[in-house]
Amino acid sequence: MSSETNNTVPGVKVTIDNITIEVPAGTTILNAARQIGGDVTPPAMCYYSKLEGSGGKCRTCLVEVAAGSTADPRPMPKLVASCRTGVMEGMVVKNITSDKVKEARAGVVEFLLLNHPLDCPVCDQAGECHLQDLGYEHGKEGTRYEFDRRTFEKEDIGPYIQLHMTRCILCYRCTYVADQLTDQRVHGVLDRGDHAEISTHISKAIDNNFSGNMIDVCPVGALTDKTFRFKNRVWFTKPVYAHRDCPDCCGKVTLWQRGDEVLRVTARKDQWGEVCSHEGKPGWICNTCRFDKKSAHDWVIEGPADVSRHSVISQGHYQQLQTPKETLPEVMGGRAPKLMMDIHEVSEVNRIELSQLPGAATGKDFNSPTDQGK
Amino acid sequence: MQLTQRAKPVDRQPMTWLESIYLWNILKGMGITLRHLFMKKATIQYPEQQRTFSKVFRGLHVLNRDQDGRENCTACGLCAVACPAEAITMEAAERQPGEEHLYREEKYAAKYEINMLRCIFCGLCEEACPKDAIYLSQTFAPANYARKGFIYAKDELLIPHPVNERDAYLQALDDRKPQHSTLHTN
Repeated sequence: MSSETNNTVPGVKVTIDNITIEVPAGTTILNAARQIGGDVTPPAMCYYSKLEGSGGKCRTCLVEVAAGSTADPRPMPKLVASCRTGVMEGMVVKNITSDKVKEARAGVVEFLLLNHPLDCPVCDQAGECHLQDLGYEHGKEGTRYEFDRRTFEKEDIGPYIQLHMTRCILCYRCTYVADQLTDQRVHGVLDRGDHAEISTHISKAIDNNFSGNMIDVCPVGALTDKTFRFKNRVWFTKPVYAHRDCPDCCGKVTLWQRGDEVLRVTARKDQWGEVCSHEGKPGWICNTCRFDKKSAHDWVIEGPADVSRHSVISQGHYQQLQTPKETLPEVMGGRAPKLMMDIHEVSEVNRIELSQLPGAATGKDFNSPTDQGK
Repeated sequence: MQLTQRAKPVDRQPMTWLESIYLWNILKGMGITLRHLFMKKATIQYPEQQRTFSKVFRGLHVLNRDQDGRENCTACGLCAVACPAEAITMEAAERQPGEEHLYREEKYAAKYEINMLRCIFCGLCEEACPKDAIYLSQTFAPANYARKGFIYAKDELLIPHPVNERDAYLQALDDRKPQHSTLHTN
């Protein structure tokens, strides 16, 4: 079997949910399952393939190992975290075929939601939140928890990033970003156990050029983009792929537009919700691209972004970006159709350019004199 | 070829003299008309008389406030995404310190618009709302000469303040309640 693989590492055969795949030795069960793809892939809240050392914290990727290996076919006594467990020759793994796993995972989701506020209507991450998806997938959209949740004040991490510690599930991904992408880690996890919290050391702002990537890696809405705060719901924006010639980063991004306005810039995400790789390197983007280039002229737009059709973001059905040709003037001899009402003259929405505001809009922005003069 | 057995052959025989003066048929028709004069009328004298709506009638939208008069809506956009007619638009703003008595959540709808020309009154917005913020009331949109009068902004949709405008609020609640008499006159 190993003769077929080109790697010097001999391949091992592993069976996940009755699907057998050959992977290089040393691969984790999660990554082997990702090579199969589809439903057999365990969800992951803390594991991030582009961040070294991540994983093993959230326990959502638990799987049952029904047979350890060909040499020792005894099952593993407890469910194992698939992101941290390597495959063995002849290993038999059960993920969605095991009721034990489903039950345990639903329990893990409930535990993650213990302290997580159910403020999805307010949260900017709603619609692309992994915890939200996970909760709905396991039928745990409500909560049974009756006690006070831990609460924290909102905190600004630098001028562009807002930390809602109440929403944090302590996956540590952002600290790995700070550790591995930026030169110097200035934020980390303080305290332990129930008191653990992500914080900047001595409220030091993160001014590193790649700090914005921690917004992208955050699986929940704990770290959000302040320049996008409350500007729009994710599913009403139009995601398009765009690139620019950036000296610092790959410059390949997703623009989240409303009309021609660029409301938000993020890195491109792959099917696992992780940053896409471009030419073998993770496509992290710099803060200049993310926060400062909020005009469509800064970007070369490639086309509509690849959005899973199961995602609420696909509800806009942006499959092409050309506006359809106006056919009415053509058939009416060049005369434009007479409108009984032009909604843009009547509507009070879309009067201000939200993308030009540095942060969330306030009541003042909407009641400014320019807004009144219509 | 016959598709069904229900086709009737047309009688093409020429009418007799008695038939051709139509007297009997006219009398028959007048009889029907006269009978209907004494029957119960299907119509009412609107607007002096008005019918009550059914208990589940879905009419004009109301944006709700809580008991302290704070707006419930947090501009989550679920009504707009649920709306099959795409009649709802909104823009959110962040609640500032000192505005806690106006808005219940840290985000609120600074602009909220329903295009009543597009709305099909299906009630899916009410169904989708996680904050009990939008309700369909027991009234319908009044007629208007101009189309722009049907774009309802937040000031037209919001329920009156339960503390500051108590009477108007109670009136609004009363309008929303289903009326039990089958027919009432104004």
